[in-house]
Amino acid sequence: MLAMIEANLPALQVVLPLIAAPLCAMLGTGRRAWAFATLVSFVAFAIAISLFIATMGGTIISYEMGGWAPPIGIEYRVDTLNAFVLVIVSGMAALVLPYARRIVDYEIPAERQVLFYTAFLLCLTGLLGVTITGDAFNVFVFLEISSLSTYALIASGAWRNKRALTASYNYLIMGTIGATFFVIGIGMLYMITGTLNMADLGEKIAAHGDSRTLRTGFVFILIGIGLKLAMFPLHLWLPNAYTFAPSAVTAFVAATATKVAVYVLLRFMFTIFGFDYAFQAATLENVVLPLAIVAMFAASLVAIFQDDLKRMLAYSSIAQIGYILLGLAFLTHTGLTASIVHLFNHAVTKGALFMVAGCFIYATGSSSITSLRGIGRDMPWTTAAFVISGFSLIGLPLTVGFISKWYLVQAAIELGWWPVALLIMGSSLLAIVYIWRVVEQAYLQPAPEGAVRREAPLSMLVPTWILVGLSVWFGVSATMTVGAASRAATSLISSSQIMWQ
Amino acid sequence: MSELVLDLEFIVGHYNYWMFVILMMTGLYVTVSRGNLVKKIVGLNIFQTSVFMLYISMGKIIGGTAPILIDDPDAVYSNPLPHVLILTAIVVGIATTALGLALVVRIRETYGTIEEDELLVLEHEMEFAEAVQGGGSR
Amino acid sequence: MTDTTALLLALGLPAAATFLIAALGSRPNLRDGVSVTTSVATFAVVLYLLNGFLDGARPSVTLFEVLPGLVLNFAIEPLGMLFATVASGLWIVTAVYSIGYMRGAGEKKQTRFYICFAIAISAALGIAFSGNLFTLFIFYEVLTISTYPLVAHKETPEARRGARIYLGILMTTSILFLLVAVIWTWNIAGTMDFRAGGILEGRIDPVYVPLLLALFAFGIGKAALMPFHRWLPAAMVAPTPVSALLHAVAVVKAGVFTMLKVGTYIFGVGFLSRTGASEWLVWLAAASILIASIIALTKDDLKERLAYSTVSQLSYITLGMALANQMGVVGGAMHIVMHAMGKITLFMCAGAIYVAAHKTKVSELDGLGRKMPFTFIAFTLASLSIIGLPPFGGAWSKWYLMLSAAEAKHLVVIGVLMVSSLLNVAYLLPVAARAFFVPPRGGMAHSLGAAAAPQGGLAEAPAFCVIPICVTAIGCIILFFSVGGLYEFLLHIPILPESTQ
Repeated sequence: MLAMIEANLPALQVVLPLIAAPLCAMLGTGRRAWAFATLVSFVAFAIAISLFIATMGGTIISYEMGGWAPPIGIEYRVDTLNAFVLVIVSGMAALVLPYARRIVDYEIPAERQVLFYTAFLLCLTGLLGVTITGDAFNVFVFLEISSLSTYALIASGAWRNKRALTASYNYLIMGTIGATFFVIGIGMLYMITGTLNMADLGEKIAAHGDSRTLRTGFVFILIGIGLKLAMFPLHLWLPNAYTFAPSAVTAFVAATATKVAVYVLLRFMFTIFGFDYAFQAATLENVVLPLAIVAMFAASLVAIFQDDLKRMLAYSSIAQIGYILLGLAFLTHTGLTASIVHLFNHAVTKGALFMVAGCFIYATGSSSITSLRGIGRDMPWTTAAFVISGFSLIGLPLTVGFISKWYLVQAAIELGWWPVALLIMGSSLLAIVYIWRVVEQAYLQPAPEGAVRREAPLSMLVPTWILVGLSVWFGVSATMTVGAASRAATSLISSSQIMWQ
Repeated sequence: MSELVLDLEFIVGHYNYWMFVILMMTGLYVTVSRGNLVKKIVGLNIFQTSVFMLYISMGKIIGGTAPILIDDPDAVYSNPLPHVLILTAIVVGIATTALGLALVVRIRETYGTIEEDELLVLEHEMEFAEAVQGGGSR
Repeated sequence: MTDTTALLLALGLPAAATFLIAALGSRPNLRDGVSVTTSVATFAVVLYLLNGFLDGARPSVTLFEVLPGLVLNFAIEPLGMLFATVASGLWIVTAVYSIGYMRGAGEKKQTRFYICFAIAISAALGIAFSGNLFTLFIFYEVLTISTYPLVAHKETPEARRGARIYLGILMTTSILFLLVAVIWTWNIAGTMDFRAGGILEGRIDPVYVPLLLALFAFGIGKAALMPFHRWLPAAMVAPTPVSALLHAVAVVKAGVFTMLKVGTYIFGVGFLSRTGASEWLVWLAAASILIASIIALTKDDLKERLAYSTVSQLSYITLGMALANQMGVVGGAMHIVMHAMGKITLFMCAGAIYVAAHKTKVSELDGLGRKMPFTFIAFTLASLSIIGLPPFGGAWSKWYLMLSAAEAKHLVVIGVLMVSSLLNVAYLLPVAARAFFVPPRGGMAHSLGAAAAPQGGLAEAPAFCVIPICVTAIGCIILFFSVGGLYEFLLHIPILPESTQ
C-alpha cells in the first residue's frame, strides 16, 4: 500500500487537490470547506516535500500518466528544479489556508466561502500541475486551470471593493491572450518536431537546429509567458489584480503564480530551447536584460508613490520579477542560481508582506498607507513582521533578500558587468524608500484619535511569522536553499549543453 | 531567381495558414480596440479560434483519411493528436468565455455599464472619493 | 570563563539587556538601573578580554555559516580591542548621563530609547570583534538601523526629516558601494577574513585598487568622508546622549574603525603604499578636514558646530589610513580614543546646557559660564584636547599623524594638520570664551529663567549629567600621561603579512 502510494506520488500531487476541489464544493459550510482545503494543502505539502527529498540527490522521477510511455503519453517529470518549485507552491498553500479563515470570514460572505475554497484548490491544482508536468501542452492546460480559478478568486474581492471585478476582467483578457500566444508557440514547436514531451522536444529541436519557425515559436512562447509572469512591460494586469483581490488570494498568488510562470520560462528556455541556442541568448541579452533593469527601477519608482499598501507591494513584485529575469538573462550558472533562489526568497518575503497587509486590513478595514499611522503601537507583532520582511525586500544581511542580491551581484561581477552590479544595488535603495514610508507612518506618527485597532488574531499572525521566520532562517543559513538552487541550475545547464553540442 | 518571384503556389497552398493569421490579427485587434466588454470577449473568441485552425491545419495531411482503423495497412491518415489537443483548447476557451461573460454580468450589475471608457470614469471617481476620504481623516 | 565565552558575553550582554529593559518599561528606575548595570558589566567583560589579550590570547569564535565560506566569525585583534574598550567604557558614562538628560529634558518613549541604545552598543561591539568583512557588514547595518529610531526620537517633522537623511545616506552608501566592494573582494580573494598584511595583494590588478578603495572609502559612510558627510549634522536632531555616544563615539568611530581595518587587513598598508592607490584619499581626507572645519566656523547651533568638527576630526583617522604606513595607522587608531574622549565631553556639555538653560545656540551662551562653571570648564578642557594642545590626549594623536605624514613625504599634509588646529581654536574656544567673559546680554529682561535664579548662583544640570562630564574631561588629561602604554599596545597592530614577520 505504502509502496503504491510512493510510486504514485507525482500523480497524487496533482490529482489530490483536483479531486478535492469538487468534493470541497459539496461540503456546505465555509468552515467545513476551509478545514478540508487546509487538510488537502497539508497533504500536498507533505507529498511535495517527499518528492523534494527523493530528487535531492539528482535523480529524476519520471511518471507515466495512465501507463502510456513518453513521448506519446503524458509524462510527469520531477527533478531538482520543479521539486523545489512544488515545495514553494504547496508550502505557501499550506500556510495561506490556515491564515485565510479569519480574513475570508471578514472579506467574503459566508454563503460564498465554499466556492472560494473550491476555487482555491483548483488554483493549487493548476499551479502544481504546471510545475510537475513534462508535457508542453499539458502546461498550457494546467496554466489555464490555475488562471481561470485565479480570475474567479480575484473577482471575489468584489465584496469589499467592486473594482475587483474590472481588475479580474482585465486580467482575464490579458491572461487569455498570453495563454493563446503560448499555445501558438507550442504549435510551432510541434510543427517542427512532432512531439510535445519536453525532454523529447529539447532533443529534437537541438537536432533540427535553428529555423524561422523555431524563432517564431520562441518569441510567441516568451511573450505568452511574459504576460503570465508580469514581465515588464506586460505587467499591466498585475497591480489592480493584486490590490483588489481578497488578502489571502493576494498572498497566495503573489507568492506562487508568477513564480510558477518563471519556472515555465526556465523550463522552456533551458530544457526545450537549450542553453546554447544563440537566438535565445541574443534575445535575453538585448531584450530581457534591459527590460528587467527597467522593471527594477520603473516599478520601484512607481511603488514609492502609491498610497495603497497592497498596490505598493504589487509594484514591488514587478520589480522583483525584474531581478529574477535579470539573473536568468546573465546566462551563467551563478545567475541562474540567483534567479532560482530568488524564486523561493521572494515567495517567502512577499507572501509574508501580503499577509501583513491582510492583517492590517483585518484590523483597520483599509489598506491605505495613511491609515497605518501609529499602528506600530497597536499591532506590534504585525508591524514587526512587516519591518523584517521589508528588510528582506531591501536585501539587508541576515534575511533571504540579501542572499539573492549577493548572488545576483556576484553573477554580474563574474561577467565584469559593473554597471549592472551597481544598478542592482541602486534599485534596492528604492525599496528602502517605499518600505520606509510605511515604517515611518507606523512608528513615528501619532495614531489617529479614537482609532480602535487590535492586534490580528493568532491564526493570522502565526502563518505570517512562520514566513518571517523562514525569511530569517534561510537568510542566516542559506546553504540548503542555495544548494538546491545551484543543483537545479546545474541540471538545467548541463542537460541542454550536451544536447546542443 | 525564383526567390524574387511572388511564389503564388506557396501563398495559395498555405491558404489555411493565411486564414489563421488574418483571424488572429482580427481577434487581437478587436480585443484591444473595442470598448465594449462583451465585444472584447468576442474578439478573444476569434483570436482563440484562429489557433484551433492552426492546430487542425498542421494535423491534416492532404489526401489522408480519418485516423481510424481500416484494413488497408498503407492508408495515409491525418495526425489525430493536434485535433485532440484542440478539443482541450476549445474546452478551455469555453470556460474562459463563460467566466468572462459572468464577470461582464457582474460588472453590469454593480457599475451599470459595460463600456470601458465609462468604467474608467467611474473608477477614477471612486479613487478620487477614496483619496478625499483618506485626506479627511488625516 | 574562557576567552571565547567572554567574547560572546560581551556581545550578548547588551543584546540580552534589551529584553529586560523592554520588560521593565513601566518602572523607570529599575529600567535605568538595568541599563547602567549592563554597561558596567559589559565594560568589565571587555576589560577581562583586554587582560587576556595582553597576555597573548587571541580568541576566535564562529557562530554560523550563511553560505559555504561565508561565516559569522568573531575574532580579536588590537584595533578591535581598542575600539571595543572605548565604546563600552564610554557607554557607562553615557548611560549615567542619559538618566539625567532624558529625565531632565522630559523626553517621551524612554524605554524605546534605552532598547535601541543597547542594541546599538551591541552592534558596535560586533563591529569591533568581527573576524571578517561579512560579519562587519552585518553589524554595520544593524548599527545603522538600530540608531535610526534614536535619531528620530523626538518624532517631530524635523526629527523625521533628519532621520531620513541619516538613514538615506548611510544605507545608500553601504548598499551601493560597500556591499559591492565586499562582494568584489570576495570574488577576487575568495575569502573575507581580516588578515595581517591584507588579502588582496597579488590577486587584484593594481589598476583596480584605487577603484576598490574608493568603493570602500565612500561605502563606509559612517566615516563621514566628504561628500557623504551630510548625515552627521542631520543626526543632531537626536537627543544629546545619542549625539554624544553614537555620533561622537560608537557610530562614527565604527566608520573610521572599519576604514582602518579595511586598510590594514584587507588591502594591507604595504600594498597600499607600494601601489600608491590611497594617494587620492590623502588629498580628499585633507580637503575634508579643512572644509568641515571652515563650515563649523559658520554654524551657530552648538551641536551642529560640534558635528562638523566631528566630520573634520574623523578625516584625521581616514588620513592616517590613507598615508599607508605604520605611524599613520597608530596615529589614526590613537585618534579614535583621543577624539572620542574629547568629543563625548563636548556633546555632553551641549546637552547639559540644553537641560539646564534650554540654550542650543552659541550666540545665546553669553555669561552662562558663571552659572554652569563645571560644565564650561569641562568644555574648555575638552576643546583644548581636540585642538591638540598638551597636556591633553589630543596632542599625541596629532603628533603621530604628523610623523606619519613626514614619513610618507606629504609635507603639505603637515601644513593641513596645523591649519586645522588653528581652525579648531577658532571655532571651539569662542564658545567657552563667550560663556565666561561676555556678560549676559539683555540682562534680566532677556530671560525669565535667569531672573528667577539668584544672581550669580549656580544653575547646573542634574548631577547625573555633570559627573560624567567631569569624568571624561579629566580623562582627556589622563590620556595625555598614559599614552606610553597605548602606543605600545597599538604597535601590536600587525602591519606586515604573518609570513614575513
